[in-house]
Amino acid sequence: MSKKFEKPKMVPLPSHSIVPERDKDKTPILECQHLGIDFGGLRAVYDLNLAMGRTEIAGLIGPNGAGKTTVFNLLTKVYQPTRGTILIDGVDTAGKTTAQISRMGVARTFQNIRLFNNMSVEDNVKVGLHNQEPYSMLSGIFRLPSYWKREKEAHEKAMDLLGIFHMQDLADAKAGSLPYGAQRRLEIIRALATNPSLLLLDEPAAGMNPSETAELMENIIKIRDTFQIAILLIEHDMNLVMGVCEGICVLNFGEIIAKGTAEEIQSNPVVIEAYLGKKKEA
Amino acid sequence: MKNGKKINSAVLKDYLTYAAVALAFVVITILDKQGFINNSTRGLLVPICCYIVMAVSLNLTVGILGELNLGHAGFMSVGAFSGVVASLSLAEAIPNPVIRLAIAMLVGAAFAAVVGLLIGLPVLRLRGDYLAIVTLAFGEIIKDLINALYVGQDSAGLHFGFNFRNNISSINDLHMEEGAKAIIKGAQGVTGNEKLATFAAGFVLIMITLFIVMNLVRSRAGRAIMALRDNRIAAESVGINVTKYKLMAFAVSAALAGAAGALYASNYASVKASTFDFNQSILILMFVVLGGLGNIRGSIVAAIVLTILPEALRSFENLRMLIYAIVLILVMIATNNPRVKTLISCIIPKKKGGPANE
Amino acid sequence: MVFLSYLISGLSLGSVYAIIALGYTMVYGIAKMLNFAHGDVIMVGGYICFIATTNLGLPVWLAVILSMAACTVLGVVIEGLAYKPLRQAPALAVLITAIGVSYFLQNAALLIWGANPKMFSPVVTGTLQLFDGQLTISYVSLLTIAACIVIMIALTLYINKSKMGKAMRAVSEDKGAAQLMGIHVNRTISTTFAIGSALAAVAGVLYCSFSPMLMPTTGSMPGIKAFTAAVFGGIGSIPGAFLGGILLGIIESLAKAYISTNMANSIVFAVLIVVLVVKPTGLLGKYVPEKV
Repeated sequence: MSKKFEKPKMVPLPSHSIVPERDKDKTPILECQHLGIDFGGLRAVYDLNLAMGRTEIAGLIGPNGAGKTTVFNLLTKVYQPTRGTILIDGVDTAGKTTAQISRMGVARTFQNIRLFNNMSVEDNVKVGLHNQEPYSMLSGIFRLPSYWKREKEAHEKAMDLLGIFHMQDLADAKAGSLPYGAQRRLEIIRALATNPSLLLLDEPAAGMNPSETAELMENIIKIRDTFQIAILLIEHDMNLVMGVCEGICVLNFGEIIAKGTAEEIQSNPVVIEAYLGKKKEA
Repeated sequence: MKNGKKINSAVLKDYLTYAAVALAFVVITILDKQGFINNSTRGLLVPICCYIVMAVSLNLTVGILGELNLGHAGFMSVGAFSGVVASLSLAEAIPNPVIRLAIAMLVGAAFAAVVGLLIGLPVLRLRGDYLAIVTLAFGEIIKDLINALYVGQDSAGLHFGFNFRNNISSINDLHMEEGAKAIIKGAQGVTGNEKLATFAAGFVLIMITLFIVMNLVRSRAGRAIMALRDNRIAAESVGINVTKYKLMAFAVSAALAGAAGALYASNYASVKASTFDFNQSILILMFVVLGGLGNIRGSIVAAIVLTILPEALRSFENLRMLIYAIVLILVMIATNNPRVKTLISCIIPKKKGGPANE
Repeated sequence: MVFLSYLISGLSLGSVYAIIALGYTMVYGIAKMLNFAHGDVIMVGGYICFIATTNLGLPVWLAVILSMAACTVLGVVIEGLAYKPLRQAPALAVLITAIGVSYFLQNAALLIWGANPKMFSPVVTGTLQLFDGQLTISYVSLLTIAACIVIMIALTLYINKSKMGKAMRAVSEDKGAAQLMGIHVNRTISTTFAIGSALAAVAGVLYCSFSPMLMPTTGSMPGIKAFTAAVFGGIGSIPGAFLGGILLGIIESLAKAYISTNMANSIVFAVLIVVLVVKPTGLLGKYVPEKV
């Protein structure tokens, strides 16, 4: 059914994570050390160690409630971690806000789509371009030359980005009126507009049919190849995960229970147990 | 696709708004010159201009930024009184009334913007109803403070005093020279104000307000503000500084309200702090909601209609406010109840391109 | 001793605020709307009690019951005519409608009873002298405090023990789910308005016993204060409304006595702002983090 994508050789890093061989000599784009968060006594994420290569496509999987989205919220500082450190491109993110994390090159999509529903599709992308095409409020109000220049650039960039998913014709539509699949694609485009070096996708294939998912897989690879960025995705569709992810990390009850390539994960008994439950001993 | 073609529909609407306002100004001025406008209607012209500016500026916070503000009249009040102090204290230095009015409005806008920033900084992290009650509280505090404020002027300059513990009972307690001029007299407010306001000044202020608000909305900052309204978390995730843009919207809105306040005050011989109370804030909020959240043109129309309506109902004497209240409730139900809406759309065929987000 | 007397007057003023705030907070908890007309129901309650005692010559207890009954009906009618059609409407539309209702009640009162203030005679008169007359407490104060405590206890029991109370809690948590469980949502909301309005009538009678000038606009200020009290304590929380009301009354009374008469209201509002800045959902309000 789905096309097989060529997988690179994975090599271990000193931090016990594996990255594609092509990325091994560069600073990992993301490195979590002993990351953890408690919600009023509940240990939502515990001792998470993770590293990602600069052009790696990695998967974060696990049963419902395992804490996957919480990890994304930690990485983007929607939640402040209780313990541990997050390095983005080797830079510590302690004390950074969500907006600053975006400027450091991390972009994300949301499990329950979060578009700017009352704004047009093009404006949604332009909001993503906020820090790429800056000009002051005053030049905006008085339409100074920087306004015209930046707006023109923003328009062109927005159209180019919409072109990735062939959405240029929808530029004037209201984001909230788009069909579900188009909303998911627009969210990815908006995230790409921030010019990220790490893209976090939270269940990008949710609600998509098999042919849409297959198209999405090709697009994920295409995005990585075009922009040369790392992509970390949460997904329940195992075809997609096993198809595109080079490194996979399995989370259960907030802890990593396995890391490895698709083949390693598929045959790992701990993973099978987490998903299907323990076999009854005879 | 060319850039030029894209911009059209939105920008065209903006130009039409400017044109409509200018046309209305010209028509009313001509009618007035021909003697078609009676005194009571003429008296409404400047207040209507002020209310339009108030409504458009409040729409920036409530409709565009999406935060409920129940104390907008507070900014109007700050602008009104700082503007009056400026215009009265400069009476000798600058005899030209037009320049003095312009200065009064600028001073009013500046003071209101500063107050907006001071208020916004601590409270903008509050959400929804909690922010609403804090803006209400600030509106009341501003009213009380100005009620207790005494300002006088002598050759040494301006003198200020607050009557907190009945320590000031008249302007004489400010210890000024003989023959000093009283400007603000506590709860009495300003008396003997010079009437500087003109309909033309109101028109100019409306045009400036429209220019600022509509251009802001169609710029990077405006998109950031609207993104915060639609989805704060997503806006943060694409790198938008929440505090900065909330404050920006709040301060611009406050500044415009301040200018409107200064104009409003300079239309009357006496001005009291109690004019700018909670009811005034609610009245302006009503313009915004009835005109449509985020709809600038709607705010203008609502401000005009709802200022004229009570006057038009004057022949009903005591019943007029009652009728006004009933009309208000019926309009809210007619525009918001799904069943009534369907009924209306059956009777009146819907206009092409109606509200798309329903 | 002087301090104590200010404290007690603050306590009784706070009790009135608390009773009004209870109505505010219950309606908010269930209908998620700021019922700005609540203050004006207080005014109506005051007028009806006034008419019943002065014009009809009824005994006070009967007048209070009559006033409660009338306000209950009024509350249910307002809810049914003005708010029920707007159940799905945006919060601001409902807010503006509530303001419309408030205008309506004020102007209807103006037409019926005129603009001239009526002198309301307190429901009980006389004072209690303590410590050789050094401390004077009016019976109205004591009655108000007692009424507030009784109402608070009764309401807590009702919400926690009765079937309707359980329905109310369910509707306030999740309207849709409550409906699926067979709870009559509209009836529950109407009942809440009925209770809130009856409480407003009581508050109206007590409030007018303190400040006897009864006018069509009498309800606005206590309405705003009670709204503040409800937010202060954490809107939607019944103990919060109680606590918020009492604290607000005490702060107002002490500020008036010791800091500044002119600025007493401002001081109340300033305290509210400080509390909200430190604790953004009020004293007892629950912080519900946004699900991402």
